[in-house]
Amino acid sequence: MTKYALLIDYKYCTGCHSCEIACRQEKHIESQEEWGIKFAEFGPVKMDDKWYWNYVPVPSALCDLCVDRIEEGKKPACAHHCLAQCMEAVAVEDLAKRMEELGGEGVACFMP
Amino acid sequence: MKKGWKTEANGEVLVRTCGWSPPGDHPVGCGMILTIKDGKLVKVEGDPEHPISQGRLCPRCLALVEFENHPDRVRYPMKRAKEDRGLDTWERITWEEALDIIEEEVHKIWDNYGPESIFVSQGTGRQASLYGPPLANACFKSPNISFMMSGSSCYGPRTVVADFLLGAGYPELDYAQFFEKRYDDPEYVVPKYIILWGKSPLQSNPDGFFGHSLIDLMKRGSKIITIDPRLTWLGSRAAYHLQLRPGTDAAIGLAMLNVIIGEDLYDHDFCDKWVFGLDQMAEHVKQFTPEWAEEITWVPAETIRAASRAFATNAPSSIMWGLAFDTQQNGAQAGQAMLAIAAICGYMDVPGGIILALPSSFMGRWRFETGQFVAPETFEKRLDAKEDHPAYATGPMLHPDTLLTALETEQPYPIKMTYFYGSNPLSPTCYAEPERWYNALMKCDFNAAHDVFMTPTIMAVCDLVLPLAGFAAQDAVVLPHFGRNTHFLGAMNQAVDPGECKSDIEIDMAIGKRLNPEAWPWETAEEFFTAQIHTQYDWDFNDLREAGVFQQKQVYRKYEKGLLRPDGEPGFNTPTGMIEICSSIYDDFGERDLPYFIEPPMSPYSTPELYKEYPLVLTTGGRDFVSFHSEHRQIASLRNCTPDPLVTINPKTAEKYGINDGDWVLIENQFGKCCERARISYEVDERVIHAAHGWWFPEQEGEFPNLFGVWKSNINKLIPMYKVGKLGYGAPYKGVLCKISKVTNPDAAMQDPTEYVPREDRGPNSFPDAGEKSPYLYENVHPGE
Repeated sequence: MTKYALLIDYKYCTGCHSCEIACRQEKHIESQEEWGIKFAEFGPVKMDDKWYWNYVPVPSALCDLCVDRIEEGKKPACAHHCLAQCMEAVAVEDLAKRMEELGGEGVACFMP
Repeated sequence: MKKGWKTEANGEVLVRTCGWSPPGDHPVGCGMILTIKDGKLVKVEGDPEHPISQGRLCPRCLALVEFENHPDRVRYPMKRAKEDRGLDTWERITWEEALDIIEEEVHKIWDNYGPESIFVSQGTGRQASLYGPPLANACFKSPNISFMMSGSSCYGPRTVVADFLLGAGYPELDYAQFFEKRYDDPEYVVPKYIILWGKSPLQSNPDGFFGHSLIDLMKRGSKIITIDPRLTWLGSRAAYHLQLRPGTDAAIGLAMLNVIIGEDLYDHDFCDKWVFGLDQMAEHVKQFTPEWAEEITWVPAETIRAASRAFATNAPSSIMWGLAFDTQQNGAQAGQAMLAIAAICGYMDVPGGIILALPSSFMGRWRFETGQFVAPETFEKRLDAKEDHPAYATGPMLHPDTLLTALETEQPYPIKMTYFYGSNPLSPTCYAEPERWYNALMKCDFNAAHDVFMTPTIMAVCDLVLPLAGFAAQDAVVLPHFGRNTHFLGAMNQAVDPGECKSDIEIDMAIGKRLNPEAWPWETAEEFFTAQIHTQYDWDFNDLREAGVFQQKQVYRKYEKGLLRPDGEPGFNTPTGMIEICSSIYDDFGERDLPYFIEPPMSPYSTPELYKEYPLVLTTGGRDFVSFHSEHRQIASLRNCTPDPLVTINPKTAEKYGINDGDWVLIENQFGKCCERARISYEVDERVIHAAHGWWFPEQEGEFPNLFGVWKSNINKLIPMYKVGKLGYGAPYKGVLCKISKVTNPDAAMQDPTEYVPREDRGPNSFPDAGEKSPYLYENVHPGE
């Protein structure tokens, strides 16, 4: 079976919370202390005379990358609803190539 | 999109719909599929076929299941004895009884005072914007309806400036919204620069614009210029960020015109054909150099120059103007300068520029046509400030500040009934000086509302509440920009049984059939929407459901083709037929024909003595992803993202006041106090703080005086009424002065509203100040007012 990872082009992540709430719904996470994915924030802070302000969504132990959805040909719930369209599930063997395509300035990869 | 809107499989029903309200948002009409099991909404999934949202959804729609099934929803009509206002003694009644009560109370007022003594207090953005005016006009036969911020400070100011100067509907960024293939359409061009001026569309999705389209465009190469007192996330990625002092937008605009005209960077060909008043403007702005603006706005002159040059010399580029133009006394002038910049650069109605449209189609037009059901002699009595603000009185609504005077003084006549339409104005959304409004509203003989939850406003002052259906439980049409620049019509489809709840238009119909049946010939919402669609097309509401959305046709450069004037002639729908950067009509309204800068009424330079006591500039109203103004506070997953009201303070300022991140902060000025939690961030300048609006606490005691904590974190307690511009629009919601201190208990801002004493003077002396003042004061432009 193909193994997937979650690729996040986080230079475009706006911190909109859609992945967090979509995941909560998809995985029926009712406790407000638990999260399937939650973003971290760094900034705004001036570094090298430029503003730096990034959000990076981090999947938790509750994330299974929505394998059921991927098998149905859909995106994971977080990627499907991501307002900035900056998340995608990528087959592990294609990761390096896809990361290069997305360019620098902030691309992260998670294998939950 | 595929044909068909409802399918059944494995015991589940899937319903395709376009979202609007309630719960609130602007008419963006995002596409989604609702899953219904055993009659209950169990899942929301974004519809990838939708041309605008393309499967994406914001957290508010993703939490729709929580909203729809929430135990605290108002699900049936309720009444309460007038003497019990503020007490939780609501009693369930039938719709028949509720309508009997409304009918009886309205007839009493009609007979004893006249229909003008009934007033409809309308909220923003939700379907209320379309169906509030018909409730006033065609049900209560009263002309007294408005969106109720002081100076009607939301959207109206921008649209009226566009009406007067541009003769067009709402000017909107071209994000390929009219094309089925979107950005890939061969006619489309990606804007080189997009100025975001006093606007944060990622969170606000303003007026029907899908906010994250900006990310689509950034990925395709658009560069961003932000003009904003806050460094937004978009600002952190901007080519230029003009971090101006709140309320000084007009000075920025004048200086940008100084650069663009002075350095000859404008589109001569376009100006020769289509711009009226360039010579006057050129002469006028010579004095407003970027150095002049730097002193006023705190933005470095070189940044103003560089941004102006980048914008003017990179065609096509575009501008989005935001709420900040509405929430200041000087906003009409800032708007005039902004339209002038866009016009002289030749960016109007070109691919990748600013899309123009003829305003008012479908329900957008019908809502104001219902004015015919108000008797002419009653219409004459509309409280529209015609003496002080004749320009305002040409518009469709009453003047909120004038209405407050009538409530308080019963002059020129008493107001006896208020109906709250999709609005919770005592929470810090609409009303400035909310305690003053509370005391005035308590004088009414009868107050009623419809809404989805019990709000502080309803608990405080109402005698009757009707249950409003959520958008998953109703049939309706989504109309981006309320008809003022509408790229598509979307079908909203009923997916769950509304129970006793009704939609806005159904409530209008139910009340209308009792009070004025001739205005309400339709039996169902579907019939109503078909009739509306038939004013322009030969298909009906069911066809729209089947299609999902109907994208309207878009033609560029409509002014060349006679598509912007009702007479079919080329040009713009203004007296001169051109874009009037120098107005040919403002003189008739007592306003200057060219834009000017004035200081906010309470600022470091207009009230320098007060500034010593209140040494920080306060701006408000920045939006959050997980709420719509005062809504969503009881939705657990959303509240968990932003549990408390937040005041943003620069780290250096916080250090000076001994405030740490997460501390409760008391924000106060001579009008009132408010408590919010500190969020320490470089987002704001050291001299400025930003406080969130729309806060109340559904989990707290609902009865008076607590009223769900509505007085504790109510930032509008610091905002004065009666500081509007000459055109009658704009008030300083985003620019007053304050001081801050650390407190341990958020109840520190609790004040008994009945003890609020409003200042007597509303004119130039309303904030007496002995200091040496700036020459740029309202009273210097409009003496004696």
